[in-house]
Amino acid sequence: MIPALCIILSFQLIGEVATRGLGLPLPGPVLGLMLLVISCSLRPSLAGLLRPVTTTILGNLSLFFVPAGVGVIAHLGEFRENGLAIALAVMVSTALAIAAGALVFKFVAKWTGEAEE
Amino acid sequence: MTDPALIWSYLSREPLLWLTATLIAYWLGDTFFRRMNRQSWANPVLAAVVILALLLWITGTSYQTYFEGAQFVHFMLGPATVALGMPLYDNLRRLRRAALPLIAALLAGSLTAVLSVLAIAHAFGLSEVLLASLAPKSTTAPVAIGIAEGLGGEPTITAVLVLLTGVFGAIIATPLLNALRIRDWRARGFSLGVAAHGIGTARAFQVNETAGAFAGIGMGLNAVLTSIIAPLALHLFQ
Repeated sequence: MIPALCIILSFQLIGEVATRGLGLPLPGPVLGLMLLVISCSLRPSLAGLLRPVTTTILGNLSLFFVPAGVGVIAHLGEFRENGLAIALAVMVSTALAIAAGALVFKFVAKWTGEAEE
Repeated sequence: MTDPALIWSYLSREPLLWLTATLIAYWLGDTFFRRMNRQSWANPVLAAVVILALLLWITGTSYQTYFEGAQFVHFMLGPATVALGMPLYDNLRRLRRAALPLIAALLAGSLTAVLSVLAIAHAFGLSEVLLASLAPKSTTAPVAIGIAEGLGGEPTITAVLVLLTGVFGAIIATPLLNALRIRDWRARGFSLGVAAHGIGTARAFQVNETAGAFAGIGMGLNAVLTSIIAPLALHLFQ
């Protein structure tokens, strides 16, 4: 477990340092994510080493955003004031995004003659 | 016996109390979620947030004090984001096989998610902080929080918006995709993962294994793409 944690934290660390150092627009851990994919592709044995830990972490993923979620109590006023606008924006946009993604997938798959899976 | 006020003053200074409370609240929320047969509306995070918010309100505890204990859980968002690379790696072969439709659908879904939410919020005259907090709402929470921080949004607002997006997407996906007559499980799962991240992915897995795998791919790819397009899109509305 410790070697896997060391590697995961190092990917995040490199990501944080690189994005800050180079002024990249993406969050450090996202660069860490990309490093993980690239490293596992170059060295498939690494995936076997990391998998038990990533599975545990991802199995409890939702727990990790509870503290940030509780922070909403500091912004209840904002939600009360703009609740309808926020709710409409979130709901309409989510429905549109699902529809756009699915329709484009369907048409491009048909156009490239790709078989369904 | 020691004065209870002294014990309370100890507890309110140390991280132990609120760290424990966070885990118990999530445990309760997760138990409720399982009892409700994993219905999307019974989301464990939403339940845990409500329980903790009430607890803080009753005890008159500030969010700052709470966060001193909860920060250890919050910290795990970073490693969790890195760990999201693993399912992406595991699905690389499927990804390559459907590369063109996936790339096109990713661009369409991701751009629609970011641009439409900003356009609607802008039309309602919402503040710039709210716009920046809304922009990454379709991205998985750890990444969305990172993006919102970078854009000058309010990460705690983003966390709640991400949850609402996921819950709403999971509820609406099946009727919406049926109405659009999309039958390809890859298209159904992928678009849900792009638009409604982990909660959508969990929902996709309930319906169909292939849909679930493609939802996971969509969530992972969208995390990367949104961190690039959200700052550019926000620029258009400022």
